[in-house]
Amino acid sequence: MKTNLVALAAGLLFGFGLALSHMADPDKVLAFLDVVGGWDPSLALVMAGAVLVFAPAFFLINRTSAPWLGKTFHLPTRTNIDHRLIGGAALFGLGWGLAGYCPGPALAALSFNAHEAIPFVASIIVGGWTARWLDAANRRRH
Amino acid sequence: MNGLFTEVVNFTPLTSVIGGLLVGTAAALLFAGIGRIAGISGMLHGLFSAEPRSGWRLSFLIGLIAGAGMYVLIWPTDIPVRQGFPMALLIVAGLLVGAGTRLGSGCTSGHGVCGIGRLSTRSLVATAVFMITGVLAAIFLRHMLGITP
Repeated sequence: MKTNLVALAAGLLFGFGLALSHMADPDKVLAFLDVVGGWDPSLALVMAGAVLVFAPAFFLINRTSAPWLGKTFHLPTRTNIDHRLIGGAALFGLGWGLAGYCPGPALAALSFNAHEAIPFVASIIVGGWTARWLDAANRRRH
Repeated sequence: MNGLFTEVVNFTPLTSVIGGLLVGTAAALLFAGIGRIAGISGMLHGLFSAEPRSGWRLSFLIGLIAGAGMYVLIWPTDIPVRQGFPMALLIVAGLLVGAGTRLGSGCTSGHGVCGIGRLSTRSLVATAVFMITGVLAAIFLRHMLGITP
């Protein structure tokens, strides 16, 4: 229960920050990615601001023995750069640049631009399922 | 103002930095509180995967939607609502984002903010790759398909 409350509070802050920075406006994101069209550098500052807080916080928190709630920190364990990472990131970037939404802003847009956000979020979920299914089928063959 | 390739337009440095600081604080809170990385695509895919104990994921995502909703309640007309964007393109893009984030294990938040913050080489590489293909796709969308605001 407490775990869910902390997650809810973090989510509220995250969504409010995305809205304040206008990252839930796909045209603003596209104005960042379209570097030849009239460039809006704002997105770079959103990422920089977020990293500026998270990086030092991460290294301080990670030195402690456990989170406030729960026994361990859950961190990604993979360190290899493989074709799945590169190919996946490449596909993600293509989708991002074709519509101007990545997952966080698409969810944020559910609250005020549902006619775009509902089909987009549904497509993310279906795309994820499809990738997992193809991946599993691929592994069975090898 | 002249940028590297073009003129700089609609730059909002103050709200962008403050918004970014809030996003970073949220990610720090999630990590300090429950030891989880704030990767939105991972949470979304995780909701529907077999792994149990997804309560924190659902709570965070509901919070994210509600947090943006609160902003829109306070400043109702501040964020423009895009109209007339082709639905087929939206769906193709969503499928690519879904498949790509699943295969590549992350998106702008998990790789771009948290991964870079952790100095993860995988995340640095992934972020460089999706930035490059994102730029190419946006140039294609706006200058070849001619879809502009």
